[in-house]
Amino acid sequence: MHLKQKTKLALAVIALAASNFVAAQTTLLNVSYDVSREFYKDINAAFIANYKKTTGKDIKIDQSHAGSSAQARAVNDGLDADVVTMNTTTDVDFLAGNGVVAKDWTKKFPSNAAPTSSTMLFLVRNGNPKGIKDWDDLIKPGVQVVVVNPKTGGNGRMAYLAAWGSVRAKGGTDAQAAEFVAKLYKNVPVLAKGGRDATTIFLQRNIGDALITFESEVVSVDNEFGAGKVDAIHPSSSIVAENPVAVVERTVAKKGTADQARAYLNFLYTDEAQEIAAKHAIRPSNPAILKKYASTFKPIKLFTAADYFGSFSEAQKVHFNDGGQFDKLYTVK
Amino acid sequence: MSIAPTTPKRASKRVLPGFNLTLGYTLLYLSLIVLIPLSALVLKTFTLTWEQFWAAVASPRVVAAYQLTFGASLIAALVNVVFGLLVAWVLVRYPFPGKKVVDAMVDLPFALPTAVAGIALTALLADNGWIGSLLAPYGIQLAFNRNGIVIALIFISLPFVVRTVQPVLEDMEKELEEAATCLGASRWQTFRHVIFPTIAPALLTGFAMAFARAVGEYGSVIFIAGNMPMVSEITPLIIIGKLEQYDYAGATAVATVMLLISFVLLMLINALQAWQRRRSGAQS
Repeated sequence: MHLKQKTKLALAVIALAASNFVAAQTTLLNVSYDVSREFYKDINAAFIANYKKTTGKDIKIDQSHAGSSAQARAVNDGLDADVVTMNTTTDVDFLAGNGVVAKDWTKKFPSNAAPTSSTMLFLVRNGNPKGIKDWDDLIKPGVQVVVVNPKTGGNGRMAYLAAWGSVRAKGGTDAQAAEFVAKLYKNVPVLAKGGRDATTIFLQRNIGDALITFESEVVSVDNEFGAGKVDAIHPSSSIVAENPVAVVERTVAKKGTADQARAYLNFLYTDEAQEIAAKHAIRPSNPAILKKYASTFKPIKLFTAADYFGSFSEAQKVHFNDGGQFDKLYTVK
Repeated sequence: MSIAPTTPKRASKRVLPGFNLTLGYTLLYLSLIVLIPLSALVLKTFTLTWEQFWAAVASPRVVAAYQLTFGASLIAALVNVVFGLLVAWVLVRYPFPGKKVVDAMVDLPFALPTAVAGIALTALLADNGWIGSLLAPYGIQLAFNRNGIVIALIFISLPFVVRTVQPVLEDMEKELEEAATCLGASRWQTFRHVIFPTIAPALLTGFAMAFARAVGEYGSVIFIAGNMPMVSEITPLIIIGKLEQYDYAGATAVATVMLLISFVLLMLINALQAWQRRRSGAQS
């Protein structure tokens, strides 16, 4: 009797442990930037179904979102991400420099390891009461522009570089670009801390006539605040912001998830994933799908950071580090 | 001359047994929780040369941020000394319906995530908010400038003054005031000579804590500040900004300066308190 009970208990414990073992499935952690939350929710659902179909195995994807460089710092300091999906190459370069991701990470996946990209455009209030059509309209007196502080957000750095480059794209010099950017920031009533913060200030607090932000934010705004509250304005030129991805070698070596992590990132290049990106107004790298959604991605003259700034890390040094160009433009009153 | 207290000296009989053990434990615990993390901060700044350190902590933008952080915190703490005392006074001296609820409400800024405070205040004070929309026609803007920062700091530091003054007010002997009145003192004289000296040390403590809390505040301020360089950027935001540039050393350098200033200020206030206690002790 006593023995029987003990055996039963032991069996139960073993069964429990075994079931736990069987149920233990691979979990990947995708550490990403702030405004990609909704996009990766859809991607993950599609990938999990796809993975089950092709390998017969279950997989689980956890998401973590915050400011892009805050996320990069967290991963660098020990957050066990299997993959990072960021919105500026600087953030992945930082991880590569510290040996957390491969040194040649841009060569590990197609199109410079950037399955998607985005660009900066303007959101204006419904009907465009101030008639804002292009960059020059933003520096007119009486126009208020909401942007992110380049010191605290990647979104803000992109907006700054897009404004600077728009002058260069028209054949202007760096001096003219500096003058333009200085004028632009004189029209800024509030510097937001991050991308979502800027959207909130523009839409919920009703401040400003134009918001400079990522193209993909248009969809989010329509979802959150209802369609028709804002119009998207495509300026004549803007900057390409690639969304780089990389496997975190440090973590996958420890967890043995290298194959799954690679499969996950490769999935981002499939037609299915590229379509999902297009639906979130994130530009797919696949030209055919980009063309298919031409109504979302209106033609716009795009330039890269390499065109006018050398690279993003070069731009970071010259423009945004302390004592850099941004500080000079802002401190001189 | 005052009369020295004449408590008879007792043999060293302590309430807690094992004084050495408890002191050792206290020091160990403090080291683990406070001292070691803070020294790690200071050590990280040692990776900078003196010139780099100076460039990081003394650039105009950073200096403007120190001024704003400490200035706004000082204003907020002073405002709370006056109005926090008033709140404590009302809570202790007057019975009124719903007193328990009001009393509990004082603690809300303690418990509330500061981001919630920031969002709530911004929603209220922005030009399209309940209060902001009433003031906007007169050209008064409370959100997205320095006013907003001070308001946020007043909000989060209020309980510190109320909760330090309240128990002292409760313990005050009514007889003293009655005696003062019997002796012909006016209400104001009673307050000045009887009530105020008793609560002054507590008020000073409350002020110091409110000030320290305000200096360290981040969450509620960034939503309402507007965060313009040289105008409405608080020091914690500068630190975040430096981290965004992967400038760990620069960020810790500014943090170390903050630590140093806060420490010196707290020491000063402690000394002031000790002086105050000695003075009021001599009077009674």
